[in-house]
Amino acid sequence: MADYEIPNDLRYTREDEWCRVEGSRVVVGVTDYAQQQLGDIVFVELPAVGSTVERGEPFGVIESVKAVSDLYAPISGEVVEVNGDLADHPEHVNEDCYTDGWMITIEPSDPDEVGTLLDAKTYRTHVEERSTE
Amino acid sequence: MSALKRTPLYDAHRALGARLVPFAGWEMPVQYRSILEEHAAVRSAAGLFDVSHMGEIHVSGPGAVASVERLVTCPVASLRAGRVRYGLLCNEDGGVVDDVTVYRLADDHLFLCVNASNIEKDYRWIARHALPDARVEDRSDRTGLLALQGPASAAVLSRVCDVPLAGMKRFTFAEGAVAGAGALVSRTGYTGSDGFEIYLDAADAERVFAALLDAGKPHGLAPCGLGARDTLRLEAALPLYGHELDDTTSPLEAGLGRFVKRETGGFVGAEAIERRALAGHARALAGFVVEGRGIARAEHAIFCGGARVGVVTSGAPSPTLGKPIGLGYVPPALAAPGTEIEIHVSRPSGSRTGDRAIAARIVDTPFWKPTQPTGGTSTSARPHTA
Repeated sequence: MADYEIPNDLRYTREDEWCRVEGSRVVVGVTDYAQQQLGDIVFVELPAVGSTVERGEPFGVIESVKAVSDLYAPISGEVVEVNGDLADHPEHVNEDCYTDGWMITIEPSDPDEVGTLLDAKTYRTHVEERSTE
Repeated sequence: MSALKRTPLYDAHRALGARLVPFAGWEMPVQYRSILEEHAAVRSAAGLFDVSHMGEIHVSGPGAVASVERLVTCPVASLRAGRVRYGLLCNEDGGVVDDVTVYRLADDHLFLCVNASNIEKDYRWIARHALPDARVEDRSDRTGLLALQGPASAAVLSRVCDVPLAGMKRFTFAEGAVAGAGALVSRTGYTGSDGFEIYLDAADAERVFAALLDAGKPHGLAPCGLGARDTLRLEAALPLYGHELDDTTSPLEAGLGRFVKRETGGFVGAEAIERRALAGHARALAGFVVEGRGIARAEHAIFCGGARVGVVTSGAPSPTLGKPIGLGYVPPALAAPGTEIEIHVSRPSGSRTGDRAIAARIVDTPFWKPTQPTGGTSTSARPHTA
């Protein structure tokens, strides 16, 4: 089985997004498992700064050579930053999904919502359940 | 849903860490490491594909040539032993049953290499239309097929093969030994690059696959999956059955008229193809390059001048060109290179990002071809089957 990096200090969704709390804001990206499953990322479409996202609703699109997938908002709030580098360098999601491959920063409408997401241990179990055939 | 079939190389794919996906009823490798890397390996060096899922239907006996002649759009009687032609099986309405390559093994023995998804349909169709003095036999299950593709293919293959490859022309084949196994080596492929297709006993496939991977190491050979096979064939603008071709499509709409014996006729669907041509086709297959931001995919709508005019049949990022490309059907008047179109990108269901339009332009195809003709006489990229 492939090995997946799942940092302990992040929160996760069952749709394979990660969240990192930075002060009052939350940075969002997709996990190592997601990028490995997708393969070469060739296109990322993200919302505009100032738009609002709703937990569980699609906020963007990620495309590999073969596949098109929605990106789902892990929490509700306002998009306050977008990683514009991904327009020209979608491969950053493959190369470093937890740093250069970040996608958006959200100002949460409910500061406690991020605490309800999966912790690393629970997310790892979720990944392993899908990896075993 | 019935269980997926596995090729003789299933265990080898697992051992190489391939991602296996369902394709046409088969569990096939879509990629080993990276589609982009595998694509680049074929364009710059060599790639090795397991395409054992494809079918081989043999027709033999005194009526073999006459039977195949009336089944496919390409001339068969004039096909000499050791040569291959691309053609189409058509139905009575002029639609495409399948696109195939026809191999002339001997005076009274041919075989058709057919698409995996169509093996049973093709077998029934061929058996139904064959003359009584022809024997039709589906040898797909016992035949393995490897595709070795890319400019270094001849150098790789010559290390383990006793067939002289230097003088072998495109669309010819010879029988010999590859890594000690009896094989039919054909200078054909489905990538637009030079290369070979190697037919062998299913029982020998794993050993020959391993020997070719080994022989290819110094040449930069990579095992390649169906993901790269699709982007490679799209750059070469080779049609894929179920996308550019189906039971309703005339070969002429798909731009395959040069593979149709229109003067002589005499094959199933010939009259309908001419009748439809005389009435005027409503659509023509065209290639386009995306100029806006986004990737066209199969089934996206094509717009021109504010009206919906057609549909994308295949679309993907072109690794060699560095931008998205696609094929689609549009009215013939809009199929000329230079025509500005819009692709309406529809998102996975429920996405709030919704549909949007991206600019694209009709271009000449193929999107890519080798700068250096290889393999003796290089005919322009000819379609082969998927």
